[in-house]
Amino acid sequence: MTDIAPAIELKGISKAFGPVQANKDIAIRVMPGTIHGIIGENGAGKSTLMSILYGFYKADKGEIFISGRKVQIPDSQAAIAAGIGMVFQHFKLVENFTVLENVILGAEDGAMLRPSLAKARRELKALAEEYGLNVEPDAVIEDIGVGMQQRVEILKALYRQADILILDEPTGVLTPAEADQLFRILERLREEGKTIILITHKLREIMEITDTVSVMRRGEMTATVKTANTSPPELAELMVGRKVLLRVDKEPAKPGAKVLEVRDLNITDDKGVHRLKGVSFEVRAGEILGIAGVAGNGQSELLEVLGGYEKATGEILVNGEKIDLTGSKSDGQSRRARGIAHVPEDRQREGLIMDYFAWENMVFGYHHDPKYQRNRLLMDNAAIKKDTADKMERFDVRPPDPFLQAKSFSGGNQQKIVLAREMERDPDLLLIGQPTRGVDIGAIEFIHQQIIALRDQGKAILLVSVELEEILSLSDRIAVIFDGKMMGERLPADTDENELGLMMAGMTKGEAA
Amino acid sequence: MERMPKWADVILVPLVSLILAAIISALVILAIGENPWAALKLMVSGALGSSYGWGYTLYYATNFIFTGLAVAIAFHARMFNIGGEGQAILGGLGVAIVCLYIPWPHWTLAILGATAGAALFGAAWAVIPAFLQAKRGSHIVITTIMFNFMAAALLNYLLVNQLKAPGMEPATSKFPEATNLPSFQDMFSFGETTLFRGTPANVAFFVAVLACIAIWVLIWKTRLGYEIRAFGHSESAAKYAGISPTKIIMVSMIISGGLAGMMAVNNVMGEAERLVLNAVEGAGFIGIAVALMGRSHPFGVFLAAILFGFLYQGGAELALWTSIPREMIVVIQALVIMFTGALDQMVRAPLEKVFIAFNKPQPEPQAKPQAKMGG
Repeated sequence: MTDIAPAIELKGISKAFGPVQANKDIAIRVMPGTIHGIIGENGAGKSTLMSILYGFYKADKGEIFISGRKVQIPDSQAAIAAGIGMVFQHFKLVENFTVLENVILGAEDGAMLRPSLAKARRELKALAEEYGLNVEPDAVIEDIGVGMQQRVEILKALYRQADILILDEPTGVLTPAEADQLFRILERLREEGKTIILITHKLREIMEITDTVSVMRRGEMTATVKTANTSPPELAELMVGRKVLLRVDKEPAKPGAKVLEVRDLNITDDKGVHRLKGVSFEVRAGEILGIAGVAGNGQSELLEVLGGYEKATGEILVNGEKIDLTGSKSDGQSRRARGIAHVPEDRQREGLIMDYFAWENMVFGYHHDPKYQRNRLLMDNAAIKKDTADKMERFDVRPPDPFLQAKSFSGGNQQKIVLAREMERDPDLLLIGQPTRGVDIGAIEFIHQQIIALRDQGKAILLVSVELEEILSLSDRIAVIFDGKMMGERLPADTDENELGLMMAGMTKGEAA
Repeated sequence: MERMPKWADVILVPLVSLILAAIISALVILAIGENPWAALKLMVSGALGSSYGWGYTLYYATNFIFTGLAVAIAFHARMFNIGGEGQAILGGLGVAIVCLYIPWPHWTLAILGATAGAALFGAAWAVIPAFLQAKRGSHIVITTIMFNFMAAALLNYLLVNQLKAPGMEPATSKFPEATNLPSFQDMFSFGETTLFRGTPANVAFFVAVLACIAIWVLIWKTRLGYEIRAFGHSESAAKYAGISPTKIIMVSMIISGGLAGMMAVNNVMGEAERLVLNAVEGAGFIGIAVALMGRSHPFGVFLAAILFGFLYQGGAELALWTSIPREMIVVIQALVIMFTGALDQMVRAPLEKVFIAFNKPQPEPQAKPQAKMGG
């Protein structure tokens, strides 16, 4: 056995970005025909390591061996030539091209497309039979689901003769059922002798599918173990460097008066597509209503309407008073004035201005507040900076430096900046979307505690998350949204991931049986 | 370290671009059989070597400060206002109407009225493209370019048919004496010594300096500036925060158009003292290069405007005293615009690489602070 060369071997890989040591003396051996997990917090250096392997970055030091042969990978072309294929977290597909066109993109033979397309069609058929990767070759990317799009990415890599497949957080956008399908495909690929590297922050996925797992922390490889010999608590501790609570501790909710009532809410977008179809629900003071659903089923639009930047018809009452849904009082400023704070789903596109300093971001959306003005004309930047320093300390933002641009913080710390800004406003209602997306485990614990603490202060919280685990552990009630409709409400104690997963796919329990 | 230090970004990049432009200009001058070193010396002495040269350099610079600021403020809202030329033409119209039809007792009052008129007309010319962009999604670049042509045609029509003074020339009559602005010669000549003799630089230069300061305060210190920059960085985030895109597009374009229009206080009121055709002479387009080179910062715009003023005046001197043809001056100016504006990234990317290469050893002392030498 020992004379088989590893499919990939890295020796002493180091990479620094200025003062930040992103990778430090990384060594890793992945045997052919295995699935190897790489787990670590955000900013632990997983992505940097994979970028080095795929030729996006050049390592400062270290060697890469593919099947025992030393290779140089100066760019992604070289990575592909070495048999490495990468499936990115954010797919790199041309939306208005067909599957076939996307597969050959960059790998055309000759100036005319027709021969390449014919060849790709044959190979796609063969690949589909070999690995169970069925995709309609003539479907246009924007018309197929994310699960299918991901298959196209995998096909692209296989079409380029990849023997080593790297998947970066592949299940982030998938339903539990789609994730299962993906894992079946990965198992099939493993049987056929492909080597797979799975980067994830989900412990469950590591346990379920990998053969071996490496843990990264602060740029270093802290451990490589056989998956069968480890457990989720042990991995979590290796990742964070201390014991971590994987479950959230909380008292039962004490719901008070209705803070938010939504009645028959409908949204039709520019293309005439109904995004929300008669959605109704309510949230009381002192409780968390979790909205479970696969991304793209209307929950984003729901948050946007409540946050004041999407129009809708229907009725929304806050503290018993109707709010304007289409007129001049339907903007974000008016919503904030009504005591609605909003932690948006996408902090980089919405919640923060990435080029603004932390102190500028700390008043974003509240920059009209009189306490931040020096006079009618000028903002009181000194007061804002001081306020920011306080809030950064209370929310444990690291580093607590108001003069750093938002983009210089890690995902978890960016999120803490947004949370500090919104929670410290003492809102009646907090809208919170994907609170821990791209956030490391240590910070997740902190963020969950803050959300529970706000609930215990008697605030109403509407939580939207695509992470079922998060919904189950935080919510006092769970509503499932599918295709713009509410599929029903459950109490966390009376349901489980299976039932919610089916509801998220639009099925009720009866139908599934 | 993904980026280079700020000073390199603000100073080194434009400087290297400038040197590259100078080198290529020198090669071109060599190619037509002239001495580039002598040409440079002539440009420097002609534009900066005497109060006469400065009088022209600062006059041109004043124009470019206004149009540069106009482009810069729009850049902060991620609007590409190509229409500075047309807005400055309309500003001239505003100045002419204010000066010709209102009996001003003194220039100090007239300059206030004319500035307001210029800003109003310039802003009005920018507001229509802004509205079309905000409400209809018509691209601001296309509409403002079209509005440049329309402004030129409109001025042509008005000067030929409505505002023309008696005589052959399509120009208004001279503005009344009470509206004539003090030139640098009037202001800075004491007793025997006459400085800036016969040069067009005038008190409008100080209006331009004030405009730089005002725009700096606006962008960095006020709520509106905060919103404009936020919108410019991320429209989606601005919507989340309740910042109205329509408002920001309209307001930033109004300010932009107003600034471009205010240029007329310098060239129409301060220099020509009447409205003529082609008064703007491309200053609206130079403003784009000035804003790019000045990194959209009012102070940077000020410095870049002086540089372009120097190029204009130095170029005129070259044409006057050497056999380097007038067209060659335009080539040199074009090279500077091309390198500092359009080819900015060509210089920036390699410089960034150099900085990253030099910054490599840094992590070691960072990790062990006690190893740091000195302080």
